Amino acid sequence: MKKIISHVAFGLLGLSVSAAVVAGPAEDRAAFQKFYENRFPDTPVADFQNGVYSILPAAREQWEEIEEFPPYELAIERGEEIYNKTFANGKSLASCFGDDGAVRGQYPYWDRDRGMVVTMELAINECLEANGEKPLKYKKGAIADVGAFMSYNSRGQKVNVEIPSDDPRALAAYENGKEHFYTKRGQLNFACADCHMYTAGNMYRADTTSPAFGHATSWPVFRSKWQSMGTLHRRFAGCHNNIRANPYKAQGEEYRNLEYFVTYMSNDLEFNGPAARK
Amino acid sequence: MSSIRIKAKDRKGLVDVKCLMKHNMETGLRKDKSGKKIPEHWIQDVSAESNGKVVFTAAFNTSISKDPYLAFAFAGKKGDSLTISWKDNTGATDSAETVIK
Amino acid sequence: MDRRSVLKIAGAVSAATAAMFAVPRMAFAAYSDAIFKQKAGADALQNAYGANATTPSDQVKLKAPDIAENGAVVPVSVETDMDAESIAILITENPSPMAITADFPAGTKAMVKTRCRMGKTTQVTAVVKSGGKLYTASKEVKVTIGGCGG
Repeated sequence: MKKIISHVAFGLLGLSVSAAVVAGPAEDRAAFQKFYENRFPDTPVADFQNGVYSILPAAREQWEEIEEFPPYELAIERGEEIYNKTFANGKSLASCFGDDGAVRGQYPYWDRDRGMVVTMELAINECLEANGEKPLKYKKGAIADVGAFMSYNSRGQKVNVEIPSDDPRALAAYENGKEHFYTKRGQLNFACADCHMYTAGNMYRADTTSPAFGHATSWPVFRSKWQSMGTLHRRFAGCHNNIRANPYKAQGEEYRNLEYFVTYMSNDLEFNGPAARK
Repeated sequence: MSSIRIKAKDRKGLVDVKCLMKHNMETGLRKDKSGKKIPEHWIQDVSAESNGKVVFTAAFNTSISKDPYLAFAFAGKKGDSLTISWKDNTGATDSAETVIK
Repeated sequence: MDRRSVLKIAGAVSAATAAMFAVPRMAFAAYSDAIFKQKAGADALQNAYGANATTPSDQVKLKAPDIAENGAVVPVSVETDMDAESIAILITENPSPMAITADFPAGTKAMVKTRCRMGKTTQVTAVVKSGGKLYTASKEVKVTIGGCGG
């Protein structure tokens, strides 16, 4: 209890200090990362991109066994087929994203023209629709398979989300995501930060919560619980259901802004998707 | 395309094999959206052959996870062929061949 | 599965695969309901190996998690330095405890790794058949339903 209180105080203090100094996202991120380094001193910083396996040795062993031949390999193969399939107009996803689709590191980004956050899944569907093809559902199935293929080829790319300083709407989107992260919601009245920051590493009914630092690097994910691939927004919705809050629309503004914030917080880590998780 | 993915590596004369077979391994206990039971459907036998010789066999039931994974090792060398086959309870079979790396 | 049924099915399959399954398999425990739909583990062992008397041995190396991350995919591995013809894995609380038998011709390592399904906390037993005798190692694997579904 004492440990939690001091971490809560540190977390809040760190952020409120930065607000007082009129500092912005960069300072938020430094404080965010420092929080997790302090809470999990035995975890090398780069390892946080492995989620809960960076803080739980017993679970990590099982994960490493699964990694010997991970279930997402089948998704990568399916994704490659879909990626290279020609549209009715003769083009393919490769026409939008290049031969190998190694573009994970470019998302999410702030689109100045349209004044919105663009994620990789959104971009995939925009490519399909621009070429007269039917858009994909955003949580699982083909979108997750294609994402697996593109993420796999992008492994190692640095997370490098930019919040252009000369467009106040970008900062507003970031702040919207940040507010979401720290706001209590649902019947269980939890904020993302409650489970994934202040009490990250604690057990909640036989599950250990993962640190939010590193959360966005490994998507899409083959989740044992789903026995299928899923996107980040599928998980956002699932989490909201867990705490009995109304989930938002996948690839709607709220989740895109949340992804913008959460991914920015992991800047300088590497994209390491697709991944296998519990 | 085959449902079997094989990784076979020669480690100083012992070939390390890991394979993943795409198969739902239905227990017969699951129900579909309309409430109907999905019939049982699972891989029963797996056999691995290299250079004309059977090197590994296994038999199992739905206690093995969906998309069955098997790892085994046998005396062999890089460049040899390795074929893995399975047969399921409906009599369906599949097979994949690879060259040991 | 007798040779006749195998060859009947083989008609629909390539010659190579047919030839493989037509190889005399008296030495190997191929699938049968008597083994794998058997409710009693001891009977399953009897039907698989012609014996069910077992002796615990620390030469049987069983690796399985103490607490399964997810009961649908539990990594289990068994190996031994003994000269062994076959390894079986039994999962006590599963509907039919015999999960898998793996057979090793001469030149094949006595080792098998796989991923198992477990419905609940259970004993997992590795059985090694060596020199006509059965040796075992056993451990409990806890299976829980976590709170973070979704």
